[in-house]
Amino acid sequence: MSSIRLLIGTKKGAFILTSDGKRKQWNVNGPHFGGWELYHLKGSPTDPNRIYASQTSSWFGQVIQRSDDGGKTWNPPGTKPEDLMGPDGMPKGESNMFRYDASVETGQPLTTHQWYDGSQRPWEFKRVWHLEPSLTDPDTVYAGTEDAALFKSVDAGKTWKELAGLRSAKGQLWQPGAGGMCLHTIVLDKGNPDRIFVAISAAGTFRSDDAGKTWKPTNKGLVSKYELPDPDAEVGHCVHCITMHPSRPNVLFMQKHWDVLRSDNGGDSWQEISGNLPSDFGFPIAVHAHEPNTVYVVPIKSDSEHYPPEGKLRVYRSKTGGNEWEPLTKGLPQQDCYVNILRDAMAVDQLEPCGLYFGTTGGQVYGSADDGDSWAPIVRDLPAVLSVEVQTL
Amino acid sequence: MIRVVLPQHLRTLARVDGEVTLDIASPVTVGSVLDALEVHYPMLRGTIRDHSTKRRRPFIRFFACEQDLSHEPSDSPLPAAVVSGVEPLLIVGAMAGG
Repeated sequence: MSSIRLLIGTKKGAFILTSDGKRKQWNVNGPHFGGWELYHLKGSPTDPNRIYASQTSSWFGQVIQRSDDGGKTWNPPGTKPEDLMGPDGMPKGESNMFRYDASVETGQPLTTHQWYDGSQRPWEFKRVWHLEPSLTDPDTVYAGTEDAALFKSVDAGKTWKELAGLRSAKGQLWQPGAGGMCLHTIVLDKGNPDRIFVAISAAGTFRSDDAGKTWKPTNKGLVSKYELPDPDAEVGHCVHCITMHPSRPNVLFMQKHWDVLRSDNGGDSWQEISGNLPSDFGFPIAVHAHEPNTVYVVPIKSDSEHYPPEGKLRVYRSKTGGNEWEPLTKGLPQQDCYVNILRDAMAVDQLEPCGLYFGTTGGQVYGSADDGDSWAPIVRDLPAVLSVEVQTL
Repeated sequence: MIRVVLPQHLRTLARVDGEVTLDIASPVTVGSVLDALEVHYPMLRGTIRDHSTKRRRPFIRFFACEQDLSHEPSDSPLPAAVVSGVEPLLIVGAMAGG
């Protein structure tokens, strides 16, 4: 029988939750890296025992951790005894070195972006928000960072190189959102390894069709009238999350700051599909594992009121690819609930029926083993949940 | 033998208990102590000072002999009591809540 492993990143450490395929009884393991912020953990699709984790701290900065045994043991890549000395006799220990590409060779001097006050400011690394392992090679992994940039490692996280062409896509007009200027979503296309989508707050979505060398903004149809006065603004949109079903790589779904949207042409244009949602503000968006037209969001009241409308925690499901949404409430608190669900904190497994999971800023992780029809808390009292990923083993 | 006390989270990261001891040639400075520390514990690179600029991270402090040495140049000699191993160099996470 298959089993499920949830990788939970929280404000104060990582937790690994495991269950058999019934998804009723769960073991909770952790905290790993207690006291650190774990922005994201994700396993390699081709080697599930290979898990990458982003561990950060205001005091000590960025650490990348890697497990090669399914989360039992962890090491910062490049710090095992056999890795210790580089050719110049100095230790490597570069797995947390995210240096923006300012080399003459690539023609990418360190550029500037827009600051809150409208001035220009050079890129400065703060942390890794998201790690996306390659769909085909367990040693290749992408990192989305704050300040927003995309980095790639081809040596299992030991060293990182920026794909600096992304900053050429009108980077001077990108600006930090309230959470910082972060690249938080990376979507890979299994059928076309040259195609990569990323999403940045507050810049928008971008697509590369040459494996990350060059990029173009893909934000046509996004309307942000309270944030951007120009209705045709090519960049500057506060995209919160995008997702795709692997069987339909040209169909993308987006949760924007306000608005839920859909693209049927690989991001070339977007249409709003908020329909009858009680609020179209929110953070995560997910697609059912086996029904590419079934989409899930968690509406949040507003940009300043980051909690569910009416204090009722409701996942909304559309089986029609948007516009028509139904609330899923069974097993979720329907009064006095004022938690938030962050953009990386919802995931779907690959079992039948499809399992869904999300974590809250109140420390609860909820799971559903029946396509979202009913929910139950897996664990209630973790630190604030930053990210949830699932591995179907 | 130079004695170094790391904050708890860096002891965990470096997988050490208690103090770290390092052999360092004279002159012993904060910079030379950190160079040696990072050679022996490469997972600490970037966590105390920047990889490239070698500047102290903002929320890190260096204390020794009841003095705050955080704002001293990194090539300033450390106090004799640290050099002789009587007193440790304390690497401290600044008081900053959270």
